[in-house]
Order: sequence, then C-alpha cells, then structure tokens
Amino acid sequence: MSRLEELKTRIKEALPGLECVIGWQKGFDPLHNTPLFMRSEADVDKLEWGPFNVHNPAVYLPTLAGKKVGIVVKGCDSRSVVELLQENLINRDNVVIFGMPCEGVIDLSKVKARLAAAGASAGAASAVTTDGKTVSVTAGGQTVAMPLAEVRADKCGRCQFPNAVLADTYVGDPIAPAAPAAAADADLAALDAMSVPERMAFWRYHMERCIRCYACRNACPMCVCRDHCIAQSREPHWLTQEDTATEKLFFQVVHAMHLAGRCTECGECQRACPMDIPVLALKKHLNRTIHDLFSYQAGVDPQAIPPLLQFKLEEDNIKERSW
Amino acid sequence: MAAVKYIASEKLPDWLKSLAEKSRVLVPVAEGGGVVFRPYAPGCQPVFGSDATAPPKGSVFPACQELFRYERGKDAEDPGKGTLKLLPATEAEPTVVFGAKPCGARGFLIFDRVYMGKKFPDPYYINAREATVFVTMACSTANVENTCFCHWVGSGPADGAGSDVLLTPVAGGYTAEALTDKGAALLESPVLSDGAAKAAEADSVKAAAREALGEAPDISTSPAALLAAFDDMDFWRDQSDKCVSCGACTYLCPTCYCFTITDEPTGQSGRRMRSWDACMHFQFTLEASGHNPRPTKAHRLKNRVGHKFSYYPTLHEGIIACCGCGRCIKSCPVSVDIREIVQNAVARAKG
Ligand code: SF4
Ligand code: SF4
Ligand code: SF4
Ligand code: SF4
Repeated sequence: MSRLEELKTRIKEALPGLECVIGWQKGFDPLHNTPLFMRSEADVDKLEWGPFNVHNPAVYLPTLAGKKVGIVVKGCDSRSVVELLQENLINRDNVVIFGMPCEGVIDLSKVKARLAAAGASAGAASAVTTDGKTVSVTAGGQTVAMPLAEVRADKCGRCQFPNAVLADTYVGDPIAPAAPAAAADADLAALDAMSVPERMAFWRYHMERCIRCYACRNACPMCVCRDHCIAQSREPHWLTQEDTATEKLFFQVVHAMHLAGRCTECGECQRACPMDIPVLALKKHLNRTIHDLFSYQAGVDPQAIPPLLQFKLEEDNIKERSW
Repeated sequence: MAAVKYIASEKLPDWLKSLAEKSRVLVPVAEGGGVVFRPYAPGCQPVFGSDATAPPKGSVFPACQELFRYERGKDAEDPGKGTLKLLPATEAEPTVVFGAKPCGARGFLIFDRVYMGKKFPDPYYINAREATVFVTMACSTANVENTCFCHWVGSGPADGAGSDVLLTPVAGGYTAEALTDKGAALLESPVLSDGAAKAAEADSVKAAAREALGEAPDISTSPAALLAAFDDMDFWRDQSDKCVSCGACTYLCPTCYCFTITDEPTGQSGRRMRSWDACMHFQFTLEASGHNPRPTKAHRLKNRVGHKFSYYPTLHEGIIACCGCGRCIKSCPVSVDIREIVQNAVARAKG
C-alpha cells in the first residue's frame, strides 16, 4: 500500500467520530490543488499529497472551533496548529492531526515565471508530472521541465520541520531536513542591503498595486480577528478606506505587528496575495527580531508561551538593569 | 461598419503617445508579479499578452473615490452658529483604456444597468463612464486560459460589446475595428493604415480562439436553480467550506459593483469617500444594530454567486452579471471555482 493509500485508510477509520477532515484535492487545472473537506469515504478518495498542496489548512481550524475535526498537515502547517494550541485558540481534544513527511511544495509564481520565460502560459497548463526532483509542465503544446528545488517555496529551502511537529497519526518514515539550520533569507538580505529611503520606496512600489482585498489576512492561520479586524472597523476608525500606498502599508505593518512572535512563516499571506506582493518579508523581519531578543521560534513546542503573550521580570537578552 | 485598419507593432508606441497627449491612457503594465493598468508615458512597456491580474475596473469605478469634501466653520456674524461648506468632487478625466481584454470592458455593461438606470442615475459613474473609451484586444489562442469561460455567459474572445475599438493580433501587428463613433475618432491617427488585406487573418485568429474554448455547458437554468438552493445551507456549506472570506474574487471582478461609504474626517474638515465593498467580507451587510443577515461565509458566497447568476439576470432580461474572465478562479487563494458552484446548483435542481 502506498503511503497516500495508508493515510486515506487511517482517515477513513477516524472519520465517523469527526465533523470532517481537511486536506487537499485536485483543483481546476493540473497546477492547482485545492483544499478538501472530507465528510464521506468518497471524499477521502479524492485526497492528494505532493508539491501542489500549497495551502495551509490550519487556517480553517479556529473557524471550526467547538467541532471535532481532523486535519492533514505538512510540517509547516503543523507548526500553525501548534501555535493555535499554544494560544488556546483551538482545543487539543477537538483536533486530530494526520501527517506525512513533506518534500516541499511549489511556488506557483516561480512556475509561472519559468513557463513565461519558455514562452508558455501557466494559464494553459494541460498536464503536470513530478518525480520528486523535477516538475514538468505541459502548456500550449510544449513541455517545460524545472528542478523542484528551483521552483519550490522559499520556506521549503530553509525547512527544519519536514515532519509534523505534532501528529496523532503519522504515516511514512520521518525524513531529515534538507536545509542547514541557518539558511539565509534572500528577501531579508535584499531589504537589509537597502537604505531606509530605498526600503520605503520598495514598499511603496509594491503596495501601490495592493487591492485591499485582505487575502493576506484571511489566509493567515494566526490572523484570528478576521471579521473584527481594525482595518475595516468603523468604531474605532483606525484606518481610512483610502487606497493609498501609505494606508495599505499601514495595514501590513499592523498585520506584521500582530504576528510578531506568533507567525510560523508558513508564507500563506504572500502566497494568497493575488497581486504577488512580497508581504512575508515584513513578518520575517519581526520574527528575526523576536528570535534575537527572546531566542524563540513560533509553533514548535505546544507547551511554550509566545514571548509577547507573557511577562517575565528579567528577560535573558534584554539587559535593562545593566544597560 | 468602418473599414478595418492596421497598425504595425513598432508603430504602437507612436499611437499611444499621440493618444496620451489628449487624455489619460491606461495600459496594462507589469508591476512585481502582477499586471495592472497604469497611465501610459513614453518608454512604458505595456503587456498585451495574458490578461491583466486586475481588470481596468478602476478606470470608471475607482477603488476609492471622493464624493465631496466638507469644511466646518463658524458664522462670523453669529459665533454660536456653525457653518458647513460642501466642495464638489472633481470631474472625471478623459481616459482611454488601451489593451484590456474584451471581457474587461464588457463588465461595464453590467454596471451601466445599475448606475445609468432611470431610477437612480449615479452622476459620478456616468461622468467617468462618458469620459472613458475602451480599446480592447481580442484574445488569440495564446491568451485562452483554463479559467476563461466567457462563452458560457453569452460572450466570446472577440466580443466587442462594451468596447469602442477592437484590436486583433495578426502577424506583425494588429487590426483595428471601430465599434462606436468614439472609437472611430481614435482610428483617425495617421499611424494606422488600411487593414483590408489583414481582415481575413484577424477573422481566423478570432475563430481559433473561440474554438480553443470548446463547448459551453448549458447554464440557462441557473437563475431558478440557485433560487431553489437558497435555503439549502448544507449545499452552501459544501460550496463554501474552503473559502477564506477574503475579497480577492470581488475586487478583481470586472462586474462587481458594490460600494461602501465612509467619512474620513481630519479636524473640522473631511471627505466623504466611496470605496469598493465586497460581499465576501463580514461587514458587507452588517447592520448598525449588530444584526447581520449574512453572518457566515456560506451566506456570503451564496450572495456572490446568486447575485451574478440568479438575482441580476432575473431583474435584467436574463443577462448574467459575470463576463467569464475567470479572475475569481485564477486569483482565489484556495481556487474556489464559480463555474463549479453554478454547475453544482444546476445539477442539484435537476435532482
Ligand atoms: S503572517 Fe504569513 S507567514 Fe506568518 S503565519 Fe500568517 S500567513 Fe503564515
Ligand atoms: S492580499 Fe495582497 S492585494 Fe490583498 S490586501 Fe493583502 S497585500 Fe493587498
Ligand atoms: S472565493 Fe476565494 S477569493 Fe473569494 S472570498 Fe473566498 S477565498 Fe477569497
Ligand atoms: S465572477 Fe469571476 S469570472 Fe465572472 S466576471 Fe467576476 S471575476 Fe470574472
């Protein structure tokens, strides 16, 4: 039995006690998988596993609070589940976690760029094959092969948790992380190299095309205010409805601040953005600061308390008495 | 109809430049990983291949528009009395939208019935609509994407409805056909030459693109089918399970026209703004009492699909409020597919 078949069997066993199990299935074309809510055995048969499972299903858990649900996770997704547990946003008794080893997911923006460079359109993709090392996309009559390592999500190139950090059912043998622990963040390095005015110009350029749709917010598993977000509340009226780059950047900063020390760098905010705006860098920047100050990484230990959700009289790395 | 004209690719910048001397010309340009409409300036590199990420909706219906400004003051004669001065919004700028796909322009036909009707004519919309001319580009087979379904909703890759000029890519350049008087005026430029010799090629480009879309399923029963599913919340739960309730689908939609109004005060003066609303957001029908008739994403997705494929056609001679551009499918972070939902509703009604 293949790993995927075994996973399906285990889900079918658990399904009678659950409202649903969240996973992925094939989407409208071969480049798109889409979240799957399994409620019947026939649904489970649609389950997919592989590099096109780009979505983080943890985003749905807080909205299903009170119901007992199952969730299939990649390593990165499991960190979001753990972070939600740490913050008491979901109840451990109400969630059943299924995991398998993950070898990375694609970044569709990179695939699109590769295809465009070859004169093919991702919108015309008619077939995709993968062998774990290469992704071959057939579009408009031509087939373009690309190494998975070059078109996978940036987070996969730095991933330290390819196996779920927490799982009730784990299928397959855990694999070792493929990347060194301190792999560099190219996006942060590029921003670091800019002067402050250059950085501001960078963000203005990108925020100019933001449509204020809030896909970045709603795809984020840790953005739980959602319907009551200050970006849209009128009382208080924190943000105007103007579509200026300043106002839109203000929202991104609010988002990033609310995620400081909570963001697991799943990258959903950036992946979800229809305008391809690199909003993840803001969160990564804050995470780096949190890591330097508190030696903390979000969503790894279910028992840990995120640093900004607790108070310690003496912080190890903040020498306020000796400064 | 006016004779077919032709413009060589290398002459296009000259034409754009001359158009830009008289009005704002919005062209699709690449910004980061997206393609958006921006004012043309010499040197700018328009992207005429694949459809723009965001449609040219903002050309006539800006994402955020000032309705008026106000200033509060004191009456000099009677200090106990306040005064209020209203300052009207500025007039719309003459604009040419150049190089959108036909579906992007056709979207405004859906708007027109709402904002240019007899009952509630909207001066802001009418003002901008009349100041705008659409030069669209028919799709070739290279532009037909998996998400395109204009042929399902009574349109097609060379649909000129809503366009003033229709360009068609042919070898070396484009043919140009005027579809309205406003469009004919734009074709008077000397950089365009006679295109009669290219007309047959243009026709075959259009026919091939239509062919590439394949057969359209019959969704003519969608108005009744969606209405029949109105109270079936299990159906809507299933359709909306994966939706994350963002507004990407509505903001990117060339036919979504809902707006909200907010006052943006700074001290004693301020502005009343109208901005895009999205039925996928919780605040969409949130009442002052706190009651929300569309409290869940299932109710909200029902509204979006129902509005386009049932309520609007019922009110407007069967016209579907969707131009089939596929943006809501392509750009949805979780690939919710409106075609699938409509077909599921049609299948549900058949039992
Ligand atoms: S902010 Fe972005 S990367 Fe961080 S948890 Fe949210 S979606 Fe994931
Ligand atoms: S998802 Fe992108 S376009 Fe939408 S609000 Fe966020 S940054 Fe803006
Ligand atoms: S259908 Fe997709 S784009 Fe629209 S609100 Fe839902 S998740 Fe967002
Ligand atoms: S509903 Fe979707 S396909 Fe239809 S016009 Fe709007 S964005 Fe395009």
